[in-house]
Amino acid sequence: MAQSIEQTRDGDALVLRPRGRWVVADAQALDDRLAEIRAGAAQRVRIDLAGVEAMDTTGAWLLFRLKRGLEAGGAAVSVDHVGAELAPLLTQIEKRQASPVKPPRRGFGPIVLLAHIGFRTVELMRLTRALLAFFGEVAITFARTAAQPRRLRFTPMVAQMQRAGVSALGIVGLLSFLVGIVMTYIGAQQLKPYGAEIFTVNLLAVGFLRELGGLMAAIIIAGRSGSAFTAEIGAMVVNEEIDAMRTLGLDPIEVLVVPRILGLILTLPFLTFWADFTGLAGGAVMCRTSLDIPLTTFLVQLHGAVSLWSVFLGIIKAPFFAACIALIGCNEGLLVTRSAESVGRRTTQSVVQAIFLVIVLDALFSIFFNELGI
Amino acid sequence: MSSASDVVAPVVRVRSLTTSIGGRILVRDATFDLRPGEVLGVVGASGSGKSVLLRTIVGLVPAAAGTIEIFGDELGRSGQTDLRRFGARWGVLFQDGALFSSLTVAENIMVPLREQLHLSPALMHEIAALKIALVGLPTDTADKFPAALSGGMRKRAGLARALALDPKLLFLDEPTAGLDPIAATEFDGLVCDLKESLGLTVFMVTHDLDSLIAICDRIAVIVDQRVVIGTLAELMRNPHPWIQAYFRGPRGRAAQVAEAANG
Repeated sequence: MAQSIEQTRDGDALVLRPRGRWVVADAQALDDRLAEIRAGAAQRVRIDLAGVEAMDTTGAWLLFRLKRGLEAGGAAVSVDHVGAELAPLLTQIEKRQASPVKPPRRGFGPIVLLAHIGFRTVELMRLTRALLAFFGEVAITFARTAAQPRRLRFTPMVAQMQRAGVSALGIVGLLSFLVGIVMTYIGAQQLKPYGAEIFTVNLLAVGFLRELGGLMAAIIIAGRSGSAFTAEIGAMVVNEEIDAMRTLGLDPIEVLVVPRILGLILTLPFLTFWADFTGLAGGAVMCRTSLDIPLTTFLVQLHGAVSLWSVFLGIIKAPFFAACIALIGCNEGLLVTRSAESVGRRTTQSVVQAIFLVIVLDALFSIFFNELGI
Repeated sequence: MSSASDVVAPVVRVRSLTTSIGGRILVRDATFDLRPGEVLGVVGASGSGKSVLLRTIVGLVPAAAGTIEIFGDELGRSGQTDLRRFGARWGVLFQDGALFSSLTVAENIMVPLREQLHLSPALMHEIAALKIALVGLPTDTADKFPAALSGGMRKRAGLARALALDPKLLFLDEPTAGLDPIAATEFDGLVCDLKESLGLTVFMVTHDLDSLIAICDRIAVIVDQRVVIGTLAELMRNPHPWIQAYFRGPRGRAAQVAEAANG
């Protein structure tokens, strides 16, 4: 479908006879043709549309732009042979003067990078402040709930415990079991040359009960429930449900955040215990099958290696991890703006921050326990 | 159906269509044509399945039974490939605009241009600006994100995107709901002009009686799981109590009086 624009001179007038289809599918070719048109010294320009087979809004716009360009050059422009069906279209286009939109300009590389660093730094500071403010708000709500326990939403809290805890038993158990096997295998390999395979049990017990069990459970829950909190609350923000809640006199912190935080705080210690148990079970199976350490020997060694105190030290960290994960998950959810992209970005942020803070917190606990000499 | 309509091939041909959602049947055994250059308004009580009918015709919801032909091609049940094939030939406006929230308004309008055609960025920006002006949005809307727009503005931006490729067939889901009366009248005028100039065929779900009377050539009413189709005058003579209540109620009468006064 060739478009051509025939140019003829008629005295001091330039006559343009466009032919073919003036539709969006051929807009690029048309645009290229139009760029070649020069009015020159012509005082009058006549555009004869008789040869145009079809025209849509894009075609009409290009025609209007041509006309406007010629008029800006000082020529009087007339359009002839406008089909009866085209007239309303041309009127619409002329009535709605479209002003050109400039494509956004790209900046100079290093400056963009610098601006990006600055932007991210400021954003990080804002985010930290927002998280602290949110922490304060949640603390106040908690205090209020403690003063009036009836305000606690018990059913949603139990539902959260079911979703974050009971439903996670399978994956937490399986992964801990496998890590228990791997630890036993690697520990036995290292200790075998010294004939000290039996101390694999000590390695496993101290490692799992003091550190690994809690970390495994916390990291799995950060990925599983922290992200869910952000996505759920974020989708509610997008859907204006949070605003609706506020106008109904409901406090979203009380209704959504407190049950999640409390639910997770109550759940994670149990999951940690479960991770400890399955991790040790994995180790026991490995000891039995490839190290020829029978279960009774394993248990006796385990009993000597750790005390109930070690189990307690591992589990006492869990509520702090849980608060951290739930707080970040809910905060990021409430920070979602009304776009699909922001839900995704906030969910990622939530998981990354939660895992980061869990590990930092764990390190702080280690230093703390070390200073106390326990 | 008169014999004249069988001579001109219909743009949309619906035969014995049954629509359902979640196992619940909404419309049973619907047969109708959408003739070239006509504006068909679809009305019905809330929850009667107007939107589902529209979504079934454009292939988003599988039909429970029956066939749908668009531009003479049957819309199969394979879904995705069909939608790709038809995407360039129709425009769809969803109830809330359904703009891509991570793109600006101008970028939203450029999505179909980019996918279906090869145009220079400058020309695409020009076309986007044109469509923005055409639907009556201010120029600075181009660089805004959908989250920063009001409901009515999102709707118009959605229409601008639906019109990006100048399709011959337009599906509109409640285009004037949420617009102020002046904007709604302008919208009707725009659809009228586009219909005349481009030979646009429009399938429009609406509750706006003014739009129905001003721009619709025929009206399809969904009552009792059936589609009753006819001109306004024909429907006025239909004895069904819901249809009578709809067109002869106070709002229906006011709209007809207003239209009569305008000539």
